[in-house]
Amino acid sequence: MKQLLPILAAATALSLTLTPVAFAQQDTAHACFVYVGSHTDGGWSQAHDLARLEMEEHFGGAVTSTFVENVSEAASAGTIERLARSGCDIIFTTSFGFMDPTLEVAERFPDIKFEHATGYKTADNMAAYNSRFYEGRYIQGQIAASISETGIAGYIASFPIPEVVQGINAFILGAQTVNPDFSLRVVWVNSWYDPGAEADAAKVLMDQGVDILTQHTDSTAPMQEAAARGIKAFGQALDMIEAGPETQLTAIIDSWAPYYIERVQAVLDGTWESAEIWHGLPEGILTMAPYTNMPDDVAAMAAETEEAIRSGTLHPFTGPIARQDGSEWLAEGEIADDGTLLSMNFYVQGVDDQLPE
Amino acid sequence: MIRVELLRRDNPSRALRLLSPLIGLSLALITGAIMFSLMGKNPAAALYVYFIEPLTEAWSVHELLIKAAPLILMGAGLSICYLSNNWNIGAEGQFIMGALAGSIFPVLFTDFQNPMVLPLMFIFAVAGGALWAGIPALLKARFNTNEILVSLMLVYVAERILDYLVRGPWRNPGGMNFPESVRFHSYARVPEIMPWDGRANLGIVIAILVAIALWFMLSRTLKGFEVKVIGASPRAGRFAGFSSKGMIFFSFLVAGGCAGLAGIIEVAGASAQLRPIISPGYGFTAIIVAFLGRLNPLGAIAAGLILALTYLGGEAAQISLQISDKASRVFQGTLLLYILACDTLIHYRIRFSRKPAAKGIEQAAASSEQQPPAAERAV
Repeated sequence: MKQLLPILAAATALSLTLTPVAFAQQDTAHACFVYVGSHTDGGWSQAHDLARLEMEEHFGGAVTSTFVENVSEAASAGTIERLARSGCDIIFTTSFGFMDPTLEVAERFPDIKFEHATGYKTADNMAAYNSRFYEGRYIQGQIAASISETGIAGYIASFPIPEVVQGINAFILGAQTVNPDFSLRVVWVNSWYDPGAEADAAKVLMDQGVDILTQHTDSTAPMQEAAARGIKAFGQALDMIEAGPETQLTAIIDSWAPYYIERVQAVLDGTWESAEIWHGLPEGILTMAPYTNMPDDVAAMAAETEEAIRSGTLHPFTGPIARQDGSEWLAEGEIADDGTLLSMNFYVQGVDDQLPE
Repeated sequence: MIRVELLRRDNPSRALRLLSPLIGLSLALITGAIMFSLMGKNPAAALYVYFIEPLTEAWSVHELLIKAAPLILMGAGLSICYLSNNWNIGAEGQFIMGALAGSIFPVLFTDFQNPMVLPLMFIFAVAGGALWAGIPALLKARFNTNEILVSLMLVYVAERILDYLVRGPWRNPGGMNFPESVRFHSYARVPEIMPWDGRANLGIVIAILVAIALWFMLSRTLKGFEVKVIGASPRAGRFAGFSSKGMIFFSFLVAGGCAGLAGIIEVAGASAQLRPIISPGYGFTAIIVAFLGRLNPLGAIAAGLILALTYLGGEAAQISLQISDKASRVFQGTLLLYILACDTLIHYRIRFSRKPAAKGIEQAAASSEQQPPAAERAV
């Protein structure tokens, strides 16, 4: 038996080197990215692109990368296939709408690894990754309620999908810890990136008496509109302080680089496995820009909340929480499970909007 | 004030007319080469990647055909509209409504699965697109409304209806609340023509057949003659006993039906489900296709393939040369500009004049209703 073991081990090792499908190590890798917007949009897509560059730099010359930008979600399968056939080892598709096209292409290219951001479908060679943006939204809500004079914040939202609804709910829940009567107006622009529509939404909200703006869209237009009117706003996806030096309170920063480095490393090591990853402040995929343009005590409170979420002592969706219609959602002390959050299609109490159905 | 006038040439050179697309293409290639070398890219490599590489592999040709099919269908249909002086620029909306009407079967009657489904989907899609196009036609024929405005505005209405359906009543119950319909079952998919090679489906065959049929109608039948006479001169058409109101309906319904068919081919082909956005602007690109094809349905086949190629080429250039998406679009725009400009300048000459010439105004006004300047407006 003792003699058998090394032989078995050797045989296993040999068979591993002979079957390069699952565990082959490789010296170099080519990573490819699909962006829904421009790689210089100042927000979502740029955050992914900065992470791509950081990842490339991390590996020295061992990893090369390329990207395709402004890819229409409607016709993305062809784009993803073109990448798959152009020698990519791993392909990151970074918008919700790329989910089914990614899956479709992944089925045809079993040897290539696919990573889809913000979706829920996976396969043996397709992982899903996302960030708990709502953790940052909760902190934003607290800040907004602390410094708003009108007691109304405006929310420029993209599409009524769970990820966005989570953010709206977390924002109002955070605000209610400071001011139970705080009110939140929502405008849907039905686009991830449309500076014109985003700016119009900002103006409409400000005309309605909103004195804090936050956005779940990708351009810096709302920040610039807020700056022009002299009110405060939150940045999205990237630190947008340059668009509003006197305006930005903080920003939710998407820090994808550590994740990209980890996953590309796994490709190099031959240890890549499909997974569903939903990280947040604790893992560092989400970070907050410096708390600026606010009194010190508000900044201190925000930092404290951030730390509490990071250490796990605070979960933004902890009961008691009522739905918009007043019915109970979470009982005292109950914490929402991920399944519910990932399919969230209802508002909590306090949101001054009708969820588009 | 210096006026710029376009005056129709009496005898446009026949050779130039034939060569015009090639001249436009060459000018665009030269401009593109200059642009790419200013960006520090090898112009030869860039042009190769743009125009040749997408054609070197079978699967990529399939992708080309997938993209070209809706463009050809809609471009050919729109040609009928524009030839008859009916400015339907809402093909995008007719595309969406056709897709919705056709999707009724796989989305609402999921148990209805047999070979009858696909033909029914096609019929409903044609009807859906035609009915949607019928609205601007009716308003124009009845109340003399501006069909450009109405057809364009109805695009946004159609987009909202699609958006509403996939988020609300037609949302996939098993889809975690995400905005998408159920995936179509296999009877509701447009069959692939050579599945071992790539994804291209029957759509391209249908598109070409429809284009040929429309060409036959235009060039070989009385109806086609009527389209052209009414387009060139409604007054002459009336003398011939043709009804310009009837022509409004005919052209809009044909174009709308084509767009609806393109819509169902797109969703039942490449994507297999409804999503909030089902078209990357095919309906608007089809306007360019119609004019690039010189309002000839057979020309639309070539123009649809060329435009589809520039989309794929733009993508390939991003992937292999890191040429930005914006540069690709500038290049596309340059290409179209040159081709349309060549056509215009071969048929018209430019005159600069200082004095307000009464006759000139009339001619300029008349010529602005002719094809090429209108094309630029529509684009």
